[in-house]
Amino acid sequence: MQLNEEEKAMLAGEMGEVAQIAIQHQIMVGDFFGARDFVPITQAHIMADTESLGQAGVMWLERLCDVKDGQHRVRVPTITDPRGTDFSKADDLGQRSWMLELERRAIDAFVKLGVSMTDTCINYQTVLAATRGEHVAFGDTGVVIYSNSINGARSNFEGGPSAMSAGLTGRTPRYGFHLDAHRQATMRINLDVTPKTLNEWGALGGVIGRLAGNYWEVPVIEGISSAPTSDELKHFGAAMASFGSIALFHIVGLTPEASRLEDVGGQKLPVRHRLNRSDIDALTKSYAVEKTIDVVVFSAPQLSLYELRSLAELCDGRRFKIPLLAVTSPQVKPDADRFGFTERIEAAGGTVMSGMCFYQSYAREIAEAKGWKRLASNSAKLINILGGYGYIPMLASMEECVNAAETGELK
Amino acid sequence: MSELVLTARYAMGNKVAAEALVAKDGFSARYDLNRLRGVFSRPTHKLVGQSYIGKILVLDTAKGGVASAWMLNEMRSRDMVPLAIVFNSVNPILVQGAALSGISMMAGFDEDITSLIPHGAMVEIDPATKTVRVLGGPGSTSKAAEEHRTANSSLQKVRFIDRG
Repeated sequence: MQLNEEEKAMLAGEMGEVAQIAIQHQIMVGDFFGARDFVPITQAHIMADTESLGQAGVMWLERLCDVKDGQHRVRVPTITDPRGTDFSKADDLGQRSWMLELERRAIDAFVKLGVSMTDTCINYQTVLAATRGEHVAFGDTGVVIYSNSINGARSNFEGGPSAMSAGLTGRTPRYGFHLDAHRQATMRINLDVTPKTLNEWGALGGVIGRLAGNYWEVPVIEGISSAPTSDELKHFGAAMASFGSIALFHIVGLTPEASRLEDVGGQKLPVRHRLNRSDIDALTKSYAVEKTIDVVVFSAPQLSLYELRSLAELCDGRRFKIPLLAVTSPQVKPDADRFGFTERIEAAGGTVMSGMCFYQSYAREIAEAKGWKRLASNSAKLINILGGYGYIPMLASMEECVNAAETGELK
Repeated sequence: MSELVLTARYAMGNKVAAEALVAKDGFSARYDLNRLRGVFSRPTHKLVGQSYIGKILVLDTAKGGVASAWMLNEMRSRDMVPLAIVFNSVNPILVQGAALSGISMMAGFDEDITSLIPHGAMVEIDPATKTVRVLGGPGSTSKAAEEHRTANSSLQKVRFIDRG
């Protein structure tokens, strides 16, 4: 990679040992992908749950903190993805003391490095949305796909070590979705259906993710009949990223880089897939294997204020037979409290958590501790992930999930 | 069996040789693995139930989320990690994780490696030359395959002794 004078100084250790470690890591990754140089970034966002970091990741952060040259803090605003717990609800989840201790160590290390513990995977709804053309280093697939596609920002998937390094150096290798060439469409999809509910948007995203199948594919989508909401696109993108590792999509006439099909080269592509309601239904039914449910979870991504409002309305007048968990961000939770949404959900027997995400919070150990196996959610992303954690996950609408919490059965 | 040599466009890490676990399927440390037991755990994964420790994974593509970057490092710290991963197509997360944890990685081939490399074959990957060599088919008794199998077996023993 070509380095400017500042980057050469970083690599030589003249700007501190931590920046040197960070840029060495970034150069390894940049060289792998043939990056020509670095691009300055304005924000970084780090996956920070200890279920992902493990003891080894926490120790890696602590070693950075141990550097005593006074130059170990991030150079651009750097925030975090959800933690591995809501400390106030850890007992309810059966989380053990070692998990909480590891979380505290990670938080301590991140704070020493100058990272702001926002603990959210919906920073584009709650903290600061990236803008068109803004180069960032974001570390949650849902955040990346939303920021790239809906906001027109430019980020690759940045794993924890790389997002941390980007925060510390203020730059990231210029490859992948930082380059115009990779932002052109590679596959063209026509829709004969516009989803109605969040789970349907997630299911459609999952179908497209599976069809696309790898990081470098960029779907361009035609046929969505009206402007979706931010929450609908959140579930759509998060599922597409989860099922297919996709980081960017375009919707003609809606997303900022695709006012016209030609803007992203879509007119040169044959229509590879035409999707309709049966495709959404098929993905949903592929998970529906059990009638009895042990737990209902709304999470992945964290719920917006409007999602919690909808959930509170559905909870009114109910009494739940099985646990119902709703997970949101620390930015949304105080408003949910102020507006009474939390109280209404918890009056029915639900629990509202913040700052964590269910699958990032030792989901396997929670299942063992609580005896939860058959799980219902309206998040296609969550359903996709939890199969590998020993759950039998089922996808349904928010209303169907709330009904299941009341009766113990998904109908 | 005649020797098969495949060339990658992208590579990093050290030269290693081991038995290949091959599947036309994806890879995510979070979605697909029981990392505590060192086996593929996703019920629908083509390698479900198989141990990946000390193996060279030959797979179609990197899947899923960001967590794999941290998780490869954590798996390495417990010596419960594949020796190398070879993909038809890789995403940045697996590369970032490999860079941090020192796992050899290759990607970008002109042909589908999951159909060319037999499951269970002894393979050698050399990031310096960006080549994958198939030393012998499953259960091969070729001299090269036997040498590498013996060397890898010794390596595994050392690892487990180190873990106590």
